[in-house]
Amino acid sequence: MFTTNMLTSQYQFSPVANGIKIRDSSMAAADGTETLTKGTTNTVVPFVDDLVAVRDTRDEAAFIRVFGHFGPRVKSFLMRTGMDSALAEECAQEVLVTVWNKAHLYDATRASPSTWIFTIARNKKIDVLRKQRRPEPEELPWGPEAEPDQADVVGLQQESEQLGRALRDLPEKQRELIEKAYYGELSHSEIADQTGLPLGTIKSRIRLALERLRHSMK
Amino acid sequence: MTVKHHLTDDLLMAYSAGDLPEAVNLIVATHISLCDECRAALGSYDAIGGAVLDTCDSSDMSKTSLNAVLDMIHAQNTQTHTKPETDAAKDDVLPAPLRDYVGGGLESVRWRSAGMGVKQAILPTSRDATARLLYIPAGIAIPDHGHQGLELTLVLKGAFQDDGGYFGRGDIEVATEDLNHTPVADISEDCICLAVTDAPLKFKGLVPRIAQPFLGI
Repeated sequence: MFTTNMLTSQYQFSPVANGIKIRDSSMAAADGTETLTKGTTNTVVPFVDDLVAVRDTRDEAAFIRVFGHFGPRVKSFLMRTGMDSALAEECAQEVLVTVWNKAHLYDATRASPSTWIFTIARNKKIDVLRKQRRPEPEELPWGPEAEPDQADVVGLQQESEQLGRALRDLPEKQRELIEKAYYGELSHSEIADQTGLPLGTIKSRIRLALERLRHSMK
Repeated sequence: MTVKHHLTDDLLMAYSAGDLPEAVNLIVATHISLCDECRAALGSYDAIGGAVLDTCDSSDMSKTSLNAVLDMIHAQNTQTHTKPETDAAKDDVLPAPLRDYVGGGLESVRWRSAGMGVKQAILPTSRDATARLLYIPAGIAIPDHGHQGLELTLVLKGAFQDDGGYFGRGDIEVATEDLNHTPVADISEDCICLAVTDAPLKFKGLVPRIAQPFLGI
């Protein structure tokens, strides 16, 4: 979950934005009225509605749109992390199958479609390249299901857009380092070879980039 | 619970990027289980990951790809969705990610004595870093040691004190090579920690050197 104040240097706990609720998928499927409240209208980010349709009505046409947009990007992302084209293609397919299978866990108040699909692609990368499982934090305790507020959905998606713009607006060298960090290109000894920079410089540039992102989100 | 000592930006970002050894992932996930601030911060790092995914060029997928995926989801369509797993084995000391590695709650930990009442249990992770649970009796000091790499110590029960400050449940100490420290368990209660190292520790003085092979660190 992402809010403006989370990227400020002093993190603040925001009860709404932290998406404390954990959805019971069987309830969501059984209760048509609830479906209507879960984010199906005018969101500013594409594919929120499609992902929600996949989640709530197992809408295959919506899934095909999600596949058409994210499949090629996930493949590209996985190739940057070091997979060859054939393996990346196979893994991208599996990532999209996971999107379908785990759609009941998608919460539009907690993550944009890109963010949610990124986490699935990342876990696939760890699974395939590092051959490790990834320990995940304990889910927060179940509380009474709060009514998902459409304003939260829209607010989150707007912030995601804003973050995307802020990332694109970073000075090129800083943006490249952030991207490399997420592709896993900043680990190990090839850091210096790839960038020609000592580790300390890379770290301070990334810190600067994060500061700028935080500033843009204020 | 108020957590005072948090994860660094470096660690949160690398956890989000999926670029850490398994043992480090484990301690990060365990801390986040106990710390709302870092959980929120992780959300923003994941959001950066989403933004990076958005900036990826798209690589053409083969023409058969969509059909292959649709075949896969149809083949399993009969499956009903299972609810998120409910946590049968709640434990007051070990959060869920640790219970997975221990194979249960605190009573399932297979402790081995490391001398002076200190006990440890090494958890099964990949070998690029080591995760161990440490049991330190109240008032006992862990020998003064420096280390070549990173040492992360997360308090699960009780508290300890060293040059870095006072660490209670949920607090994590991120020690780098420069810090020589002698964690001392708080006098009032036995202390249980999760400690992760990515290089062998260097103890000073004779006794700790003898102890080192026993501790395996």
